[in-house]
Amino acid sequence: MKNNKKFRIKLKSKHLLAIMTFFCLAAIVATFASGRGPTELQNAASRVVIPFQKSMTSMGAFLRNIRDNFRDKQALLMENEELKVQLESLISENNKLIQDQQELARLEALYDLQQEYNNLPTVAARIISKDPGNWYDTFIINKGERDGIRVDNNVIAGRGLVGIVTQTGPTWATVRAIIDDASHISAMTVSTNDFLTVEGDLELIDEGKLYFEQLYDQDNRVTVGERVVTSSISEKYVEGLFIGYISDIVQDTNNLTKAGNIVTPIDFRHLRDVLVITRNKQDYLDPDAAAAYVSFVAEPEP
Amino acid sequence: MKNKIILFLTILVCFMLQSTLIGSIAIASITPNLPLILCVSMGLLRGRKSGMWVGFFSGLLIDLFYGSVFGFYALIYMYAGFFSGYAHRVCYDDDIKVPMLLVGVMDFLYSVAVYGLQFLLRGRMGFQLYFRRIILPEVLYSVFLTFFVYRIFFFINNRLKKSSLKKESESYWILK
Repeated sequence: MKNNKKFRIKLKSKHLLAIMTFFCLAAIVATFASGRGPTELQNAASRVVIPFQKSMTSMGAFLRNIRDNFRDKQALLMENEELKVQLESLISENNKLIQDQQELARLEALYDLQQEYNNLPTVAARIISKDPGNWYDTFIINKGERDGIRVDNNVIAGRGLVGIVTQTGPTWATVRAIIDDASHISAMTVSTNDFLTVEGDLELIDEGKLYFEQLYDQDNRVTVGERVVTSSISEKYVEGLFIGYISDIVQDTNNLTKAGNIVTPIDFRHLRDVLVITRNKQDYLDPDAAAAYVSFVAEPEP
Repeated sequence: MKNKIILFLTILVCFMLQSTLIGSIAIASITPNLPLILCVSMGLLRGRKSGMWVGFFSGLLIDLFYGSVFGFYALIYMYAGFFSGYAHRVCYDDDIKVPMLLVGVMDFLYSVAVYGLQFLLRGRMGFQLYFRRIILPEVLYSVFLTFFVYRIFFFINNRLKKSSLKKESESYWILK
């Protein structure tokens, strides 16, 4: 022990800080240059952290269940009242949809899409942890490469699109939600097939809304309540996944395009379970890769 | 060595609490910043070098799992730990007001750094809204949480100090 101490290099804390700063900056530059993080290190860390996160989350769910059981009647009544109001507005919105004949025809088309939606191979997963800061909206799910999940897989929940897989490990995957400030989606309207870009916006997260722009609609055919789905020209998102309803539209100052907000049907704050679509959009475009993937699923390596 | 392992375990536990259970005490979906409280406390209790290392590893864990740019959070948390280490010699560490003030300042600087480097550079200009909606609540909530959590860190640090003192010189207490 004493010999060790002789050879230890004593650094001033200032110099140590400079060295570590250099290290961090180098890591940042390396990420920008290569476009990905240190995968081996991530896998090693995940082996330690992920099991604990899983058990902690289930413990949290257990405690929450207990608390919910003790919730007082008043709160439930209030919630009931709120839901009634919500139901009211949903009914009126539904009526509007029914009245619109063209809309109905398009909805039938959407129904076909929905059928396709059902044919997509999906894996059910549970959210085990959330991004530790308040600035972003990413989360980790408890399924990973071993279950056939890959980067760029789309993630949906019962009623619509939730996000996209950005990183994977053997037993976990990181998902970026569509409400995340860094998320961009190429989308289209259902009734008119106009393309638009949907972006997450931190300023709108509280209202459960997304921001959209670049909607080219000269004849003013797109109205409030229009359904928006992922577009056919998107590179990363499978076509026809439901994103939300348009809640307001504003003409841009250039008089060519429109922008506005979209309401998503998903309650991101209380999201627990999601479905991951294990087929990427790129698989449709590149049949070879898709074939390789299908054989991988059929005969997973021992 | 034992000290380092205990410190590292504390970092790990804080990170895991922050990413899982802390969501259940969120107010209006704003969560306090537990890793930051940890590295500021350790900086104050143990000095610049310790604060720096604790900050570095806390940030590294966040980078590994959630960061879009590897090394970004490690850098910010490291500086937070380092700068709060300057208070180590100046202030008494058993006064709860010092860490609360430090956490307030550091959390504010941390948020401004995240906003400036990741949002402003992408052209999100509305600082006032971000300040009202995220930065201010986070700072207040973190300061509030410090009041409870600091005692735990203080206790851990005391145990660490005791074990290392015993090893180095038994006569320390006699001299005093």
